[in-house]
Amino acid sequence: MAAETAKALPAPTLETRPYWEGCKRHELRIQRCGGCGRYQFYPRIYCAQCFDDRVEWVTASGRATVLSFTIVRRPVSPAFAADVPYVVALVTLDEGPTMMTNIVGCEPERVAIGMRVAVTFEDWNEEISIAKFRPA
Amino acid sequence: MGSESLKNQVAIVGVADTEVGVVPQYSATQLYVKAAKLALADAGIKKDEVDGLITCISFVEPYMYHAEMIAEYLQIFPRYCMTAPSGGGTTLAIMHHAASAIATGMCNTVLITMADSQLSGLSRAKAIEAMSGAGHPQFERPYGPPIPAFYALLARAHEHAYGTTAAQRAAVAVACRKHASMNPAAQMRKPLTVADVLNSRMIADPLHLLDCSLVSDGGAAIVMTSAERARDFETKPVYLLGTGEGHSHEHISEARSLTTSAAKEAGERAYAMAGLGPRDIDVAELYDCFTPVVIIELEDLGFCSKGEGGRFVEGGRIELGGELPINTHGGLLSHCHPGHPGSMFSVTEAVRQLRGECGPRQVADAKIALVHAQGGIMSTHCTAIFGSEPV
Repeated sequence: MAAETAKALPAPTLETRPYWEGCKRHELRIQRCGGCGRYQFYPRIYCAQCFDDRVEWVTASGRATVLSFTIVRRPVSPAFAADVPYVVALVTLDEGPTMMTNIVGCEPERVAIGMRVAVTFEDWNEEISIAKFRPA
Repeated sequence: MGSESLKNQVAIVGVADTEVGVVPQYSATQLYVKAAKLALADAGIKKDEVDGLITCISFVEPYMYHAEMIAEYLQIFPRYCMTAPSGGGTTLAIMHHAASAIATGMCNTVLITMADSQLSGLSRAKAIEAMSGAGHPQFERPYGPPIPAFYALLARAHEHAYGTTAAQRAAVAVACRKHASMNPAAQMRKPLTVADVLNSRMIADPLHLLDCSLVSDGGAAIVMTSAERARDFETKPVYLLGTGEGHSHEHISEARSLTTSAAKEAGERAYAMAGLGPRDIDVAELYDCFTPVVIIELEDLGFCSKGEGGRFVEGGRIELGGELPINTHGGLLSHCHPGHPGSMFSVTEAVRQLRGECGPRQVADAKIALVHAQGGIMSTHCTAIFGSEPV
């Protein structure tokens, strides 16, 4: 776990704390606009589509589709060296928003654009769990 | 002011590059100052004639007020002083601002100097910071993307959508190296083949080492003034015909599209201002931090249709003697890439091409040049079109 926290430990803010509290409970939380009904991620004070301020936190289905991916062969920093090769991907949640993640739980070479994936959580410390995705 | 507001109003009257590549004998700050002195000498003016100064920030030797620091170092006292806060599209867009400052009378003569010593000046800790500092601190960095990985996501998406191949991306690196081999100033001059690129180490699939740009030291500077005043200079003026910007996101996870960028808006705005189109361009200096970026830019700037960029770069079309020579100095892939200043070397090269000073790498009869730069992860874009004469 010490190795994980040396990576890039997120520091939750006033705006993002509900997301990270969700991750801690292994729930993927995104925002839904009470005005237009659309979903958004990352969190914002207003809906970025219609500018309504009635944004509420909801638990996402956790299901997504791989939009693009890469297999990292040269780590970003020494803290990630033990993970090489690892998959960095953009996934489109079934609710609409796109997020960056790692695809885990399969050989990197098996990952493909269009692949269906489901959320899974990696606990980095008592406060921070990271949302990753595995083949669905 | 309309879309033609800056057309023919401003000219570049001085350009210079420092030595580039491995330049440990100068600090980052000294490279800014050296580029400035050389550009002023090229323009044939004294430093006291500069009344506008623009720099980009230095990663290696940062100052809170960087342009003011360089003014202080040079002991000049401008009435317009501005630091470009980041690289790529931003360092080219700041020239748009300089042109506006001249056209509106804020100042007469702007010196833009940009440099850094990313290769020789970084401690190990700073080098790691440079590699891992990109991306959203909460929603991207925990996933460990090195900078090439961000661009690999774009390359993979373009491959999937349009069938673009690794060999096509490699053709971009081969063209840039061919041009660098004709440029004694370039950092990497040994010619490459497509096979060399494909056999180089995989960094972030599908990008190989030779799909990635260099890490360098170096600086470049230009002197800009009004087109009217440019006639009094001894150097042959090069005119700004059109410029435009497009800004679509900061984080790649928020991009509207992975395969179409805001280069499209930037290009359309620049073409509209100049009253020109892609067919009028004799030489293009395109931002080439990674090979897939050039392919997307060629499409978004209208040199070919969307999805055709991979086929466009094949067969020597983007090499000297081809239909659209690009990156005639060698680009970020082979000439140099000191970080934030990168696009400034494209500007100095475009000016030299239009002056006809490029010797063996001269594009015959070059009259109109296009420079495009992007920064972030295809986030911020600027296009500039220059001419050897007003249009």
